[in-house]
Parts: sequence; C-alpha cells; structure tokens
Amino acid sequence: MAKVTGRIVVDTEQCKGCGVCIPVCPFDVIELAKEFNSKGFHYAYMKNPEACTGCMNCALVCPDAVIKVYRKKVRV
Amino acid sequence: MDEQQAKTEDIIKKENLVFDKTKLLTDKAFHYCPGCGHGVVHRLLMEVIEELDIQEKTIGIAPVGCSVLAYHYMDIDMQEAAHGRAPALATGIKRTLPEKYVFTYQGDGDLAAIGTAETIHSCNRGENITIIFINNGIYGMTGGQMAPTTLENMKSSTTPYGRNVKQMGNPLKITELVAQLPGTCFVTRQAVHKPAYVRKTKKAIKKAFKYQKQEMGLSFIEIVSNCNSGWKMTPNDANKWLENNMLPFYPLGDLKTPEKK
Ligand SMILES: Cc1ncc(C[n+]2csc(CCOP(=O)(O)OP(=O)(O)O)c2C)c(N)n1
Repeated sequence: MAKVTGRIVVDTEQCKGCGVCIPVCPFDVIELAKEFNSKGFHYAYMKNPEACTGCMNCALVCPDAVIKVYRKKVRV
Repeated sequence: MDEQQAKTEDIIKKENLVFDKTKLLTDKAFHYCPGCGHGVVHRLLMEVIEELDIQEKTIGIAPVGCSVLAYHYMDIDMQEAAHGRAPALATGIKRTLPEKYVFTYQGDGDLAAIGTAETIHSCNRGENITIIFINNGIYGMTGGQMAPTTLENMKSSTTPYGRNVKQMGNPLKITELVAQLPGTCFVTRQAVHKPAYVRKTKKAIKKAFKYQKQEMGLSFIEIVSNCNSGWKMTPNDANKWLENNMLPFYPLGDLKTPEKK
C-alpha cells in the first residue's frame, strides 16, 4: 500500500519561534526547540517526523516563510 | 545512520519539494513581530504575482505603519506614500501607466483614519487599482493606540479600560461602506491565521488582479489580522482572540463581486 509522507525543513536562523505552526498541524508534528538561534528565538522543529504528511498547513500560516515542505509517496 | 534519518533524507529531495518561499520575496528577514499577519500577506501577494508572471508589470504602494518597509521585502517596483495617501498615489500611477498592475498595501490606521478621504474617493471614482487592507484593530507601529476599527470594549494603549463607544464613537466597518460605492467591483473580507483562510485570501488576491486587468474598477480586500504585541498576547492567543472577537464583528466573505452586486 502507498502512503503519503512528508517532512518539513525549518530555516532555524530565520524562525522567530512564534509557534503559529503548532496548533494548525493535524498530526502534532511540530514543537519549539529548547535550544535557540542566534537571535534568541526557540525555533520550530519536527519532534515527530514520522507523522508528517506534507499537508503544508504549517507553511501556509508561517508569517516568515521559513518552512519548506517535502512530500513523497512511499510503500508501506 | 539510523533508519529514520535515512527515510528523512530520502524524502527531502528537490523533486519532492511542494512548498518553498517565493522568489519574489527578498532574502531580507521581515522586521515584523513573531506571529504577525503582515508576513503572510506579503508572501501571498508575491506568490500571486509570481504565478501570474507580472513581476515586471506590477507597482505596489507601501503605507505608513508597520508595513512601511514593505518595499524591502517585495521584489517588485514600489513607491512609498505619505500616511494614508496610498490610493491617491496609486491613482496617479495607474492613470499614467494604465498597463501596469497597481496595488496599495495599507493598515487600518492608514486606510480608515488618516486616509479616509483618499480611500472613499478612490473607491467612489472606481480607480482601476487593488487595495489590500490589513485590519488588526489597532495602530501597531506607534504603540497600540485605538484605531477606527478597534472593537467596542477592546483594550488599547489609549483605551486602557476598553473602547467606550459613548465617548470614542463606534468601530468603523469601512469595508461595508466602500461596498456601497458604485466604483468598487470586488469587495471581500478574508483572514490569514488558519490554512483554509490563507488559501481563500490568495484566491481573492488573484481575482482582484484579474479584475484589474479587465478594467472592472476598484478591488478592495480586507484581511482581518492580528497584532499580538499591541494586543499584549502570545501569537497563538492573539489568533484565538481574533477568531472569537474580531470575526463576529468583521465576518469573512465576499461583500460584492462583479457577478453579484
Ligand atoms: C502624518 C502622520 N501622522 C501620524 C503619523 C504616526 N503614525 C505612524 S504609523 C501610524 C499608525 C499606523 O497604524 P496602521 O495603519 O493600523 O498600521 P499597523 O502599524 O497596525 O500595521 C501613525 C499614526 C505619521 N507617521 N504621519
């Protein structure tokens, strides 16, 4: 069976850690890191990458356009 | 390399890329506060201009307000206007260069307070331009003072106990007002704090440019947005507050379309 799976890549240096990507994710993939970037922001990262479907919700609401989304069909 | 990492590397490949920042946004990082809706609207505008392939044919007018530096981020021709005067400037540019797509980008203080005259008259004259109106219910840049659009009982730095309409007057639904004017062809209210709204806003912007090409009159797109710094909330709380308080008073949807007047 084929399943759609995704990954996001966050530009951690440009992310401002606003967190608006977190509640719009239907699969609870994203979290703010404990670490921070050089501007002092806790950037977004995938805490649960396996659950990502590449739906793009996070990228659509991201005010700083720092999220790249990848999507691929994989056999399971 | 563990299995999960291998899988991730297999997915993160150029051919699987489905969303990336549009090339029409410059590499300069937005100066906006974390979570601010201005960034989303900037991106949508540039995505539409890229998809319509009109980068060389578009002239934007930047306002006074938080988005005063919009021309640093949008890789198109832009002109800065004096506070509130963007529609007057757009009128002049569009009339001298009618083959260009001309839009203004304005906040609620800019468009609905100091620029009320320019807004109303450009809409009434039916200038063939597009107005993008960001309504965050507040003067963001200057420190969160009350704007004409501030809701009843809403706190701002100049209404610390909430807007008292007996004293300060009623919030102004300027979008409903311009929808009454014969010069507007497309008047709509959208939002950008949820993925579905973002998609709809993008469609609305695209439509507005299409109507401009067909010389149908003025398109007016209000975007109900947030100002978490001015509202003194976290970005996610501000978006929730927007949904529960702004949207009941400023309901989303088309107020006027060329098909349905
Ligand atoms: C003629 C003039 N009057 C007043 C100001 C001060 N001023 C700068 S921005 C602003 C309000 C902007 O608010 P808004 O249009 O809602 O945009 P936002 O900052 O919320 O995006 C004011 C009153 C000015 N720059 N010029």
